[in-house]
Amino acid sequence: MARPTDLLQGTLDLLILRTLELRPLHGVGIADRIAQVTKGTFQVGPGSLFPALHRLAEKGLIEGEWEELESGRRAKVYALTASGRKQLNQEKLNWKKVATAVAQVLTEEG
Amino acid sequence: MPNVHQIKSWLRRLTHPRKSEAELDDEISGFFNSIVERRVSQGMTREDAVRATRLDYDSAHQVKEKVREGRMGATLDTIFRELRYAARALRKQPGFTTVAVLTLAVGIGANSAIFSVVNAVLIRPLPYPDPDALVGVWHSYLRQGVKSNNVAMSSPMYFGYREQNRTFEKFGVWSSGTASVSGAGDPEQVRTLLVTDEILPALGISPAVGRWFSRDDDTAGAPETVILTYRYWQRHFGGDRAVLGRSLVVDSRPREVIGVMPERFWFLDRDPELILPQRLKGDEPAGNLNYTGIARLKPGASLAQASADVARVLPGVMMSMGMSKRAIETLQLAPALRPLKQDVVGDAGEVLWVLMGSIGIVLLIACANVTNLLLVRAHGRQHELAIRAALGAGWGTIAREHLLESMLLSALGGLLGLVLATEGLQLLRAIGPANLPRLSDIAIGPLVLIFTVAASMFAGLLSGLLSVVRHTSTLIAHALGGVGRTTSLGHDQHRSQNVLVMVQVALALVLLVSSGLMIRSFQALRNVQPGFRRPEHIQTVRISIPAAQVEEPQRVTRMQNEILDKVAAIPGVFSAAFMSSVPMETGEHVGNTGVAVEDKLEADGQPPPGRRVKFVSPASFQTLGTGFIAGRDFTWADIYQNREFVVISEKMAKETWGSAQAALGKRIRDGGPWREVIGVVSDVYDNGVNQPAPAMVYWPARWQALRLGIRDFVPRSVVFTIRTDRAGTEGFLKELQQAVWSVNPNLPLAQVQTLGDLYSRSMARTSFMLAMLGIAGATALLMGVVGIYGVISYAASQRRREAGIRLALGAPKWDVERMFVRRGLVLSIIGVAIGSGAAVGLTRLLRSLLFGVSPWDPVTYAAVAAVLLLAAVLASYLPARRASAVNPLEALRAE
Repeated sequence: MARPTDLLQGTLDLLILRTLELRPLHGVGIADRIAQVTKGTFQVGPGSLFPALHRLAEKGLIEGEWEELESGRRAKVYALTASGRKQLNQEKLNWKKVATAVAQVLTEEG
Repeated sequence: MPNVHQIKSWLRRLTHPRKSEAELDDEISGFFNSIVERRVSQGMTREDAVRATRLDYDSAHQVKEKVREGRMGATLDTIFRELRYAARALRKQPGFTTVAVLTLAVGIGANSAIFSVVNAVLIRPLPYPDPDALVGVWHSYLRQGVKSNNVAMSSPMYFGYREQNRTFEKFGVWSSGTASVSGAGDPEQVRTLLVTDEILPALGISPAVGRWFSRDDDTAGAPETVILTYRYWQRHFGGDRAVLGRSLVVDSRPREVIGVMPERFWFLDRDPELILPQRLKGDEPAGNLNYTGIARLKPGASLAQASADVARVLPGVMMSMGMSKRAIETLQLAPALRPLKQDVVGDAGEVLWVLMGSIGIVLLIACANVTNLLLVRAHGRQHELAIRAALGAGWGTIAREHLLESMLLSALGGLLGLVLATEGLQLLRAIGPANLPRLSDIAIGPLVLIFTVAASMFAGLLSGLLSVVRHTSTLIAHALGGVGRTTSLGHDQHRSQNVLVMVQVALALVLLVSSGLMIRSFQALRNVQPGFRRPEHIQTVRISIPAAQVEEPQRVTRMQNEILDKVAAIPGVFSAAFMSSVPMETGEHVGNTGVAVEDKLEADGQPPPGRRVKFVSPASFQTLGTGFIAGRDFTWADIYQNREFVVISEKMAKETWGSAQAALGKRIRDGGPWREVIGVVSDVYDNGVNQPAPAMVYWPARWQALRLGIRDFVPRSVVFTIRTDRAGTEGFLKELQQAVWSVNPNLPLAQVQTLGDLYSRSMARTSFMLAMLGIAGATALLMGVVGIYGVISYAASQRRREAGIRLALGAPKWDVERMFVRRGLVLSIIGVAIGSGAAVGLTRLLRSLLFGVSPWDPVTYAAVAAVLLLAAVLASYLPARRASAVNPLEALRAE
């Protein structure tokens, strides 16, 4: 049985990978995008976002590059790597399985 | 499981800590900036935007901390950070750090040095591949009711075992000797090793150049060959690889050089210069047990199986040697195979283990000292630590910091210790006794490095843990009770410091008693009258006249006489003589033979008891300074007229006839004609001063028609013994050489030394132990004194106010001083008492190294206790005097 933090951590990783699948983004961009897509269900603060980014970068799933933004600021922009894409597809399948299974259990109970 | 990316990024952080930290900084602050910017653009004032952002989110610092924690190797990062912190703390207190590191360096360095000796001599005594398969082939027999396990091999045994054994992969015999090499330059006497063809293959060391001996080389009639050792090759051929095939004249016969052994080749504990084939004949007399056997067992064969195998072959061999069934039964000759290791280690093991133990004690004392320093230091930092504990720093964090600090100290100590150990080994090589095999081969190897690391970690953990346990247990109490500058040390800390000092004193006492006992042994040895006088004024030189030079035996004696006359004519020579071996000499020229006494035949056909036998020229006793108890010396007339006379030692006379006078005129023999005792001389400690003087027989050094079955016998190799004040000087040796070569220019001079060298070598083991234990004891004493001094001066500084009050109330100065000195003294007395108890138990281990003194010698114990207590009083008096010199007003106002 996974602890809640593990579940949350795994979820956050999945959300970040999915967000970066569309296009490379910097930290603020990722947080904004997640909040927007989940309609505010997930408000990712920097205290969870950056550890997750660094962890994923360390695993080689994403890659950070310093880039100049339109505003003229420099920011570290993260992009999905090949192995990150593979990992994301895997996670998506897993997630569907888990979601279906959980949904089934819930409907039977109800 | 970390993947490649993770390790790469961890390494990057490790190698570029600043850069990766700066990037993280930029990234996080960039995030916060853009949040603030966005809020400003939404209409907030900058001030409000910053505040709102701060309230909404974790601080940048916290975020960074979380990122760090989430990364791989987070624990390692923390430890590195804490190590840097500890290093900074140590740098800030250079005095403390220096003393602690030096103390540990001495402790660890001494241990590494001694361990490298133990490793080379005891753990890896045989520098050959698969050394455990090597066995020494020895025998045991029963002779006059005494069982001997050191019976070597005869030629028939060699051939029998070689052909019939089933358990030996390789087998051979060897012996050692000397030979003279002539041809190019001055003739030279060299140490030789004679081996049968499978000895070197059995050891498994191939020549660096050329080949091993073959069975052909061992066979009479084949061309004569020789293998050089590396050092001989370097010295005489400059390491020229074209040496193969060249010819070397050994004992006047040319031999072809067929190989050179590698530099790191050692033959057991010997250091030969030339290796010659041992050519054995099957028909040698069976009684010649002159060869030492070595075998490499077949894979899987055990020592017991090999012994059984030899026992199976031996009876047949003895029958072929012509021994009767009854003789075989009474002799009880049996195989006594043993690991070859034993032949090399000998009695060095005991010396080294005692040494290792005492050096280990020095390390313990060093740890106690460092613990003490750490405790004192921790006390100084109590305030800081109490605050940190109150702020939530866990017990674990603070304990880890302590441990890291002591580990860092001991790591530094270990590094410095390694330097000290390297230097110490140089010293050891210089003063080490001859019975430490391969002393020059000892170096700091991988195993020694591992040992040093282990010793450092042990020291770090021990001193760290002790101070952690002591400290953290009092920490909470202090934190609760409040820590003020005026608080004295807690009772707990007092107690642990007291215990440490007592332990130090006790351990120091054990070491000092041990070295004291060695001093007493040394004194006792010096007091032994060795049977000769002023040996440092006796020059000795061995000269051998081979048959190839002078064939006729009578002419050998005449030539020796001629040389003696020339030598005696050298200015400054009081007297000169020659003899087959000088007192305390060891090696192949010293031997015992059975000596029969007329009218006292042995019962039941037993062979007569063995006596130390020497051949001596006239004036030998006068030269050595051995006095006559009765009778007279040989004269040259006795020698040339072949008079059958003999001189014996007092012990021999008393054992056989009850007194020296009674011996005169009696007759004895050793396989030759009966000889009349014409003189009795005082006993000579021929086996070294620490061994009882043997009963001795001195035959005249001359030609004999028959001796021990050998016809036309003459002692060809004799030591010229010259009493002169100029012994050992270069000028004298030059003149000596000229004198010898004026008679025969082809004679090499060997074993050029003074009798004093031999005399001190016979005490080498004792003086070596004395030096080593002395160093250990002195170090222990010094560390103990430093320990006491540290504790008392710390107590004095803590009780400054109390001392001030006492003085202000009118207490005399000496009263305050006494207060501190008493504490030092009481601790030392308890330490001495505990140490004496331990020493009584431990010094019994020294017993075999002692001479003429009991391990419980009361004089030594009393003297050591007195020295220790005196040192303790001094060490406590110095800080006590400082404490009593305090100005009472200042001490009180200082709070």
